[in-house]
Amino acid sequence: MNPIYLDNNATTAVAPEVREEMLPYLGELYGNPSSMHTFGGQLYRKIEEARAKVAKLIGAEPEEVIFTSCGTESDNTAIMSAIESYPHKRHFVTTRVEHPAVLNFGKHLARKGYRVTFLPVDTLGRLDMDAFIKAIDDDTAVVSVMYANNETGVIFPIREMGEILKERNILFHTDAVQAGGKIPINVKELPVDMLSLSGHKLHAPKGVGVLYVRKGTRFYPYIIGGHQERGRRAGTENVASLIAMGKACELAGKNLLREEEYVRKLRDKLETALLQCCQDARVNGDTEHRLPNTTNISFEYVEGEAILLRLDEYNICASSGSACTSGSLEPSHVLRTMGVPFTAIHGSIRFSLSRYNNEAEIDRVIEILPLIIKELRTISPFARQKIVRPK
Amino acid sequence: MWEYTKKVKEFFLHPKNVGEVENPDAVGEVGSMICGDALKLTLKIDKETGKIMDAKFQTFGCASAIASSSVLTELIKGKTVDEAMKISNQDIADYLGGLPREKMHCSVMGREALEAAIVNYRGEKELPEAEEKIICKCFEVSEEKIRRVARENHLTTVEEITNYTKAGGGCGSCIPDIEAILKDIWYIKAVPEMPRPPKKLTNLQKIALIQDIIEKEIRPRLQADGGDLELIDVDGNRVVVSLRAMCVACPMGGVTIEGIQEKLRELVSEDIVVEAE
Repeated sequence: MNPIYLDNNATTAVAPEVREEMLPYLGELYGNPSSMHTFGGQLYRKIEEARAKVAKLIGAEPEEVIFTSCGTESDNTAIMSAIESYPHKRHFVTTRVEHPAVLNFGKHLARKGYRVTFLPVDTLGRLDMDAFIKAIDDDTAVVSVMYANNETGVIFPIREMGEILKERNILFHTDAVQAGGKIPINVKELPVDMLSLSGHKLHAPKGVGVLYVRKGTRFYPYIIGGHQERGRRAGTENVASLIAMGKACELAGKNLLREEEYVRKLRDKLETALLQCCQDARVNGDTEHRLPNTTNISFEYVEGEAILLRLDEYNICASSGSACTSGSLEPSHVLRTMGVPFTAIHGSIRFSLSRYNNEAEIDRVIEILPLIIKELRTISPFARQKIVRPK
Repeated sequence: MWEYTKKVKEFFLHPKNVGEVENPDAVGEVGSMICGDALKLTLKIDKETGKIMDAKFQTFGCASAIASSSVLTELIKGKTVDEAMKISNQDIADYLGGLPREKMHCSVMGREALEAAIVNYRGEKELPEAEEKIICKCFEVSEEKIRRVARENHLTTVEEITNYTKAGGGCGSCIPDIEAILKDIWYIKAVPEMPRPPKKLTNLQKIALIQDIIEKEIRPRLQADGGDLELIDVDGNRVVVSLRAMCVACPMGGVTIEGIQEKLRELVSEDIVVEAE
């Protein structure tokens, strides 16, 4: 039986069209795009086609698109490039709710002696704009703020921030790994200098990422070696995955608005029903400005890992911000920064949908999950429960 | 994803003895919702025989916490209070066919709830909180608990302490304190007493004694942690050693040398200086 997969912020299924497109490059077309002979050299053109498709999804020029190996590499590259390009500037600004790819890079810079500001968010996960404006100064080399949060789906005011930074002549990078392919992004109208995407979050395979770098932005490569990617990212191209990424971006762009609406409807149905059926449940994060596919719900008095493993018995896949699922003993840094009570963090479950989900799957979750919560609450010493049966 | 045994899954999906016994003779409550797991154990005890007639639990926590709690109730039912007290956290883990290393604290929580319940049954006073020295502030773990769990389970590294008690798993600021406690337990006090050497040793006696201590006491302990050491030279009071295997790359190398020096000073001569080659 296929799983009911509601964990698309973790990774997504490779779209069948994407798999089809990449297969020849894992087979007979194994050449090296840098070769002089036609057998290898013909692949160069294929990569450029893929690059154009990626560019189209975000409104960029093809030469502004650099292929990388993953979202983390794109993020690290963007920040390090800015630091290297402006060696006299010693300040980095980011947020407390970033993905580890940026958050831990910030901590790394702090250890290296850089001044690093981690901006706070409010209880709905919204960025503190006053703190942001106060934080930036002439010493700031780059600001890196995620487009949308992976745990809550909350979307940050990237345009507003970008406008302020443009005026101040400070480089701006956004990690759009969660937003890419889920909501429209157009860098022509969005004042960002660099933007990261990840293949496996938008139905391409794992192992490919993208860094958009606006024309005219100072750039310093992170991986140094050959001339690939016009000297901006060395290393023989992961041909099949790059071509897959192109196809995945093409698919995402084609149906973006329709799918956004479709997924949002399913998500809203799931969220509304779960809140109705389970007492003492709450949504984490700003529901006004949120990705259409994500909902993060806390079920009080029960622990997330227990919920996930019970869901697993029904082949339903989700994730949790609870400590027990992370292996680190510390629960979600995002929810903690938002000031979500620990009791609610431990029982938080994130559902993230994709275009491949359907209404029957959502109905199944609405049928199963309240029963699981009810059972676990009978085991819990804290519960005072009343469960409403789903209609 | 955790590698849970079939037994853990079975006790998690179909836990036995959920709930509270009516009019309990003993109640043990440990953990808190804030820490991420909590267990309330209630017992019915026959006053005549001291036998545990019924045991029920309520647990807030992950799969292994629920399974550990349920197994605990199964293990103690029918036993006398004295017999039950002999059940260790390792017994709980063993019954489940083992727990992932990082989840051992769930079995420790079971053992603690049992202790708390029996203390409650016997009407003993619990240790007032003010007297406990809290080492890990994130998870409120006392020095006493760290020492006890370390001794009972032969834990020698901070990572193990974190797996069993959670201490050190939060902000990490107490890690040096935990290291100090471990050093105190395993490197100095727990060492079997060697007879004090006569006041004045000949050079030959001294070298032989140093060799003996390194061979019999220090190397086995390092080897247990994947390290090793070789005695290179003894020159007056200078003892030159060379660290081997894991010790070479170990950031604790300096501590190791210090520990060896302390040991040799204690057993051979006050003025020994140990140097790494």
